[in-house]
Amino acid sequence: MTGTAIAPAPSAEPLTGRSSGQRSGRRVWSYWRFYLALSPFYVLFAVFGLYPMLSTIVLAFQRWDGLSPRRFTGLDNFRFLFEDPTFWLSLQNTVVLFFMSTIPTLCIALVLAVMLQSAVRFTGVYRIAYFIPNVTSLVAMAIFFSAVFSTNFGLINAGLRSLGIPEQDWLGQPWGIKIAVSTMIVWQWVGYNTLIYLAGLQSIPKDQYEAAKVDGAGPVRTFFSITLPQMRSIVLFTVIISTIGGLQTFTEPQVMVGNSGGTGQSGMTVVLYFYRAAFLDNDYGYAAAIALSIFMLVLLFTAINWRIFRVRGDAK
Amino acid sequence: MRYRLRGIALHVVLVFALVLFMFPFAWTLIMASNSTADIYRFPPKFTFGDQFDDNVRHVLENVAFFQSMTNTAVVAISTTALVLFFDSLAAFTFAKFRFPGRNALFVILLATMLLPAQLAAVPQFQTMALLGWVGSLKALIVPAAANAFGIFWMRQYFQNSIHDELVEAATLDGCGFLRTYWHVALPSARPALAFLGIFTFVASWNDYMWPLIVLTNPDHLTLQVALSQLNRSHGVDYSMVMTGALMAMVPLIIVFAVFARQFIKGATEGAIRG
Repeated sequence: MTGTAIAPAPSAEPLTGRSSGQRSGRRVWSYWRFYLALSPFYVLFAVFGLYPMLSTIVLAFQRWDGLSPRRFTGLDNFRFLFEDPTFWLSLQNTVVLFFMSTIPTLCIALVLAVMLQSAVRFTGVYRIAYFIPNVTSLVAMAIFFSAVFSTNFGLINAGLRSLGIPEQDWLGQPWGIKIAVSTMIVWQWVGYNTLIYLAGLQSIPKDQYEAAKVDGAGPVRTFFSITLPQMRSIVLFTVIISTIGGLQTFTEPQVMVGNSGGTGQSGMTVVLYFYRAAFLDNDYGYAAAIALSIFMLVLLFTAINWRIFRVRGDAK
Repeated sequence: MRYRLRGIALHVVLVFALVLFMFPFAWTLIMASNSTADIYRFPPKFTFGDQFDDNVRHVLENVAFFQSMTNTAVVAISTTALVLFFDSLAAFTFAKFRFPGRNALFVILLATMLLPAQLAAVPQFQTMALLGWVGSLKALIVPAAANAFGIFWMRQYFQNSIHDELVEAATLDGCGFLRTYWHVALPSARPALAFLGIFTFVASWNDYMWPLIVLTNPDHLTLQVALSQLNRSHGVDYSMVMTGALMAMVPLIIVFAVFARQFIKGATEGAIRG
């Protein structure tokens, strides 16, 4: 008798459920405990994940304000989407913000990680302090950063003023908004990525560095020919995490410049635009079409990330 | 000597970064302890003031702070408890047992991690309306009670840390599936559970978009939504809003500080293994 590790049967073997040939018709039901153990996730996903996602797809081809009956309108939502300048602007804002925040974040994190690795003392303190921004409330920090970038009493303007540089209306002009939002994202994510990179650096075998030293390679050379190639999968991990998070930026601009996206709608990200269409304008069909485009955007960027790192991997 | 200098230069940079990371907290504290008039001064005041009590009183007058904090705590604690139970149970099953459809189910699980939340938000709101959960904390807890990330993460831990022989031995001793889970799997998974628990708690505490959508009763909000409304309606009274922000983040920072080491270890190990 083979199969499940279920109770008191003394001969049950946990990992050999497949070995018996006569299993074929044998009661999938005898595994009910396992299916039951897995069921919470799948039931919840079916009800609160799969079903609403499928509805979203249907909804994207309909017109619905939540009150009157739904009407099928074919591709109208998508046609409108492609001609909607605000949608394209929000897409552009999202991608610009993504680059403005991700590139500095990952570069600073890598530098800090290399430095942390060679530091001997206080590393525990550094780690905790660097990580804290990542667990801090986004809303509270968005409020803080709007205070720092404020025109009248912001710290940045106070600094400019004391240097004799004219003050800027940061949150009142398109580029100022982008700088403020991406500064906040950088602040929040550098520490997290630093610690990920640090863990990666520490997993590189020491003898590789010694061999490089024997061969007379300097620190820069060592970094580019040993450290970076070994870190490829870790860098990919951080890039994917940043991509998925960055393309869904919502809280920062929503709290800092409001639902309108601020001056010139410069803080209008795709997810903020989605939120507005759905929950402020009650244009559910159109919002569904935007949601689908966010999904495509995430897929596209993830695929590009994979591509870049795959190609590099083969070339190595 | 050269080594010494390099070491000092290293720590100068690292401390500079540390100051930058910690600065917002200090500055929030300074703004929260001064009056709004002080904040508007030039040059700015860099010292702590004595207005903190007043500011706290204003926050409590303008927003149901303790109610919101209780709501947030209820949501975060119950979500965390449910996630720990459901995720570890499913992860243990995936890691240590074979049954028809196991691989297919696991691939589905992985695929769900790629789906952005907005994809479900609109119909989910209708579902909540149908269930009569709009405005209720249930709308936040139930959908979050089990998640793919936690199952994936715990499964890796169980695979590496529990030997198959241990599970077999427990079974031979007459331990049922649930008892093996409870007496063998759970005790050995404490570090992983600690990480997943804090991760879930932090994420739940800071969650903003879905509570903003589904909590429609202005007297029954979570802390993040209440804070954002305080900012929107009383934005001019900066010292009060900053006090609110401070009050909203302190509990979480305490939780984090207590478990920081375990949490950081867990958060970074996951990336290395993946």
